[in-house]
Amino acid sequence: MTSRIEVGKKILSANDELAIQIKSKLDESHVFGINIMASPGAGKTTFILKTLEALKGRLNFGVVEGDIASSIDSDKAKAAGIPAIQINTGGECHLDAVMLGGALNSMDLTALDLLIVENVGNLVCPINFKIGTHKNVLIASIPEGDDKPYKYPGAYRGVEVLIISKIDLLPYVPFDMEYFRKGVEILNPGLITFVISAKSGEGMDLWADWLCDTVSSWKESRM
Amino acid sequence: MHELAVSQSILKIALDNAEKAQAKHIKSINLEIGYLASLFDDSINFYWDIISEGTIAQGASLVINRIPVEMRCFDCGKTYSLEDDSFDCPDCGSIRIQVIRGEEMRVESIDVE
Repeated sequence: MTSRIEVGKKILSANDELAIQIKSKLDESHVFGINIMASPGAGKTTFILKTLEALKGRLNFGVVEGDIASSIDSDKAKAAGIPAIQINTGGECHLDAVMLGGALNSMDLTALDLLIVENVGNLVCPINFKIGTHKNVLIASIPEGDDKPYKYPGAYRGVEVLIISKIDLLPYVPFDMEYFRKGVEILNPGLITFVISAKSGEGMDLWADWLCDTVSSWKESRM
Repeated sequence: MHELAVSQSILKIALDNAEKAQAKHIKSINLEIGYLASLFDDSINFYWDIISEGTIAQGASLVINRIPVEMRCFDCGKTYSLEDDSFDCPDCGSIRIQVIRGEEMRVESIDVE
């Protein structure tokens, strides 16, 4: 005889619960975590390195790099003198709470104010897997095109900050900023947005100041 | 590729619930998945056959109830579903919009014997 069992559970609830534990761990260590997501080639690593350059002397930070393979990104961070851990997902297209939890075990959180996690380059999956960071940041680079909010609406829903990057390329590629920002506004009204070029440095100081202020006021509120 | 992780989570939830009810076999698993969740039926089914093998969920069918994206206009109250290239309100053109459905990723129920 067949019978029905009502479940009513989120598919990724186990990951969500682990993400809550990671957030508590970061909270207890007074470390503010941000999760940087973007498509491959959007310039995540360069953006992070330039951000940390701008924050030098103001905050103590560490980086977790997520990639399917290689340690290219964490090597770049270490070469810049930044404590970095590489997670190789071995094929998985996203970081999840289990992977980040494991990486954090080998990081001295007490020495940090800010933890930047670079997720695997992908606009589809990472957004579904919470990792316990305090803010989710999406980078949209100009050469990807102005239709991305319409093609990947999920990615624009679950973030608290948007970085429009490679703005120096705007004169060279077709990109209708009004159309792009309309899609974003509908999906995520009032989303905090910074327009930057990591290459020329345009807009980076505003973003770095905002991040520094956000981390400082978060830490003060926890005193 | 994240369908693998998703399939594994579905299997774990189904097995936990079936075990609690002391069921011998899971016949079907009823899912609610919104279009904004970016999950593909074929990929979930592909992994499902592999990972459910040898468990009491082997051969169970995944019944996926696809939830379309539903939007509501703050200005005129119109509700509408998401179109490909334009998200603004089809009636008044407003961009003050709320997404009210379409992000679901839930195991609703399982049918067991």
